[in-house]
Amino acid sequence: MKSKNETSTGEVTKETSVKGRIAVSKTFKLYIGGQFPRTESGRYLPVQLIDGTTINTCHASGKDYRNAVVAARSAVNGWSSRSAYNRSQILYRMAEMLEGRKMQLATDLIQSGLSSNQANLELDDTIDRIVYYAGWCDKYTQVFSTVNPVATPHFNFSVPEPMGVVGIVYPSDVGLLSLVSHLMPVLAGANTAVLLLPPEATTWAINFAEVLETSDLPAGVVNVLTGLRSELIAHFASHLDVNAVIGVAGTPSEVRELQSTGAAHILRVVIRSGQLHPPDPYQIMDTQEVKTTWHPVGK
Amino acid sequence: MSKTKDTFSLQFDTTWQYDAAPESASHIRLQKGYDLFIDNKFVPPADGKYFNTVNPSTGKKIAEIARASQADVDLAVQSARKALGPWQALSGASRGKYLFRIARLIQEREREFSVIESMDGGKPIRESKTIDVPLASAHFFYYAGWADKLEYAFPGRNPKPVGVAAQIIPWNFPLLMAAWKIAPALATGNTVVLKPAETTPLTALKLAEIIRDAGLPAGVVNILTGAGDTGAMMVEHPDIDKIAFTGSTEVGKLIQKRLAGTHKKLTLELGGKGANIILEDAAIDQAVEGIINGIYFNQGHVCCAGSRLLVQESVADLVIRKLKDRMETLIVGDPLDKNTDIGAINSAAQLKSIKKYLKKGLAEGTELYQSSCELPSGSGYWCRPSLFTNVAQSNTIVQEEIFGPVLTLQTFRTLEEALEKANNTFYGLSAGVWTDKGSKIFKMTSGLKAGIVWANTYNRFDPTSPFGGYKESGIGREGGLHGLASYIKFEDR
Repeated sequence: MKSKNETSTGEVTKETSVKGRIAVSKTFKLYIGGQFPRTESGRYLPVQLIDGTTINTCHASGKDYRNAVVAARSAVNGWSSRSAYNRSQILYRMAEMLEGRKMQLATDLIQSGLSSNQANLELDDTIDRIVYYAGWCDKYTQVFSTVNPVATPHFNFSVPEPMGVVGIVYPSDVGLLSLVSHLMPVLAGANTAVLLLPPEATTWAINFAEVLETSDLPAGVVNVLTGLRSELIAHFASHLDVNAVIGVAGTPSEVRELQSTGAAHILRVVIRSGQLHPPDPYQIMDTQEVKTTWHPVGK
Repeated sequence: MSKTKDTFSLQFDTTWQYDAAPESASHIRLQKGYDLFIDNKFVPPADGKYFNTVNPSTGKKIAEIARASQADVDLAVQSARKALGPWQALSGASRGKYLFRIARLIQEREREFSVIESMDGGKPIRESKTIDVPLASAHFFYYAGWADKLEYAFPGRNPKPVGVAAQIIPWNFPLLMAAWKIAPALATGNTVVLKPAETTPLTALKLAEIIRDAGLPAGVVNILTGAGDTGAMMVEHPDIDKIAFTGSTEVGKLIQKRLAGTHKKLTLELGGKGANIILEDAAIDQAVEGIINGIYFNQGHVCCAGSRLLVQESVADLVIRKLKDRMETLIVGDPLDKNTDIGAINSAAQLKSIKKYLKKGLAEGTELYQSSCELPSGSGYWCRPSLFTNVAQSNTIVQEEIFGPVLTLQTFRTLEEALEKANNTFYGLSAGVWTDKGSKIFKMTSGLKAGIVWANTYNRFDPTSPFGGYKESGIGREGGLHGLASYIKFEDR
């Protein structure tokens, strides 16, 4: 058997630089419900990479967003009813898969403007951040739950529960580490997510979605759209089947839009700065409800 | 309306009648009029306007209450802002001691507060005496102890107060809601401007006396009386850092919208349409007691009321018979009478709203059963305990919060169906489940999308127990350790 980089004459070449060979370029699509569909709108946004090539990214529409929410909603029960141990392993699997695809993601990050060093650092930190939150899956309920010593003969306890579907809206200068820093607390907390990323992030974000797809993450738990925040923010704010939206580094008018339109259904709006956040279990609680249960205790 | 023929008649209406057992009101101290409480002083409103607070069981005026205008709101916020620095500079232990004092002073005047609460709001004296007032005191006592222990509530973080909090509370638990709001805010180092509801300002103003008597530094707590417009002025005041609102979902949405784009933190405790679910293996008599307590407690003026009864089909007939029979024994009467189960509806406006729903329910083709009890004569506001049967999930009376002694009854066959029906509402505040089987309890309590779930009990409250809703029932929690989070911020975020 010949290795894939061997020619028929046995001469080893570099596949990408072989003279006269036509490289296969990739079409970048959306990630919805465990599949990679094109935007239903048929629209595209061209983005130029560092090497001068131009890719056509999917310009996601409001309808794509609604489809993604349907997928995310249908995944809520399955995802949140898995054991925390199982969720933890799946999130850890994400780190494993990313480790294995570091080379590709590094190339993507370099193409989007990072130096080789920066790209590798970003990937190392990203993988470590995923491992960090994977470990929280079966611990945050212990840290944030309480048994409440009520004065009546009742057993009373409070536990965090996932809000459900969480939208995350990222800024135009988002990086991979920032993406996972906001996503992982949502997933560790057993929510499902719909991410809106800027066209500039398409290559690495969609290749990262392929990592998600091969990580045993059930379909619909994470959905990735590429498109324009100015256009879709109103949809994130108004969709009645979305429980919370995390707005990262929003402009004042975007923040106002989220909070004002979201008020019509008491949307939980979490506004965070664009600065990189340190690992933080309290961020898990941003997308948790607290449920308190009472039961009589026999006297 | 006459008793149904299929009730197990308990014969409560035979030879023995309850004598009147009124709680004396001779010991209470009420003034003819009340001013605004700003900077530890009672001051007249800037524009000199007052309104009446009336006793809903007689329709008669109890006292004149100041109506705060913009100038008063400005003054109160200023006073709270000025007090903020020194209050935060105080040690947690010292802040706690003031709260302990307040708790004790409420206990000392428990009887007076209970009577005034029942006079001003219409709730049975039995409830104000055993629930509202003792729990209010307990809230201060509980949060007093937190004031110097906050670092243990948020390990690894450095919790800081939010600043000046505007707090707007409803008329269903006037003193208790004031305690829910003020105690955690003060324990965490905030200062407050609180507005009690227009129809029930008295116990908050009596609490102002206690706050003054406790020697709390001036400006730490300010109490403004008025109507919705005073509340709106507080919400929109630029120098407020935090709004805590308890009331209707409709107003909650308006507040969230008004705060859009501002720095103000928000917690909302809004409406509910709690499902109270009886499974076939439940202890039926206990369950019926729980249903009665779930909906008729405080005239049904309870955001977490169990207003939707879901009964497993196999026991539905039995439950309905026992429920109607129990309803017949309820006494609607003078709130100050110790035998009263259901007091006066809080206001003429609320009675009108309840009647609108009763009419609407009938118009939608449902069946209404009302107890045949006597209603007090005179010009108070009364409503018989009511039960709608033959209702559908889509009926207005099933979907909308009535906030009165009105229960709807639906049936189900499987637990999944019960969960589906229970969760099929925009609200998510509370729910109840009645069953003797542990595994079913956990299946149901974990499947219910609600902030408070009572299993084999209902309408229990405690300062250590977080309270608050999912979905359109609100944002955030009050009570317990989780309630502290509503009044702190992390510096490193």
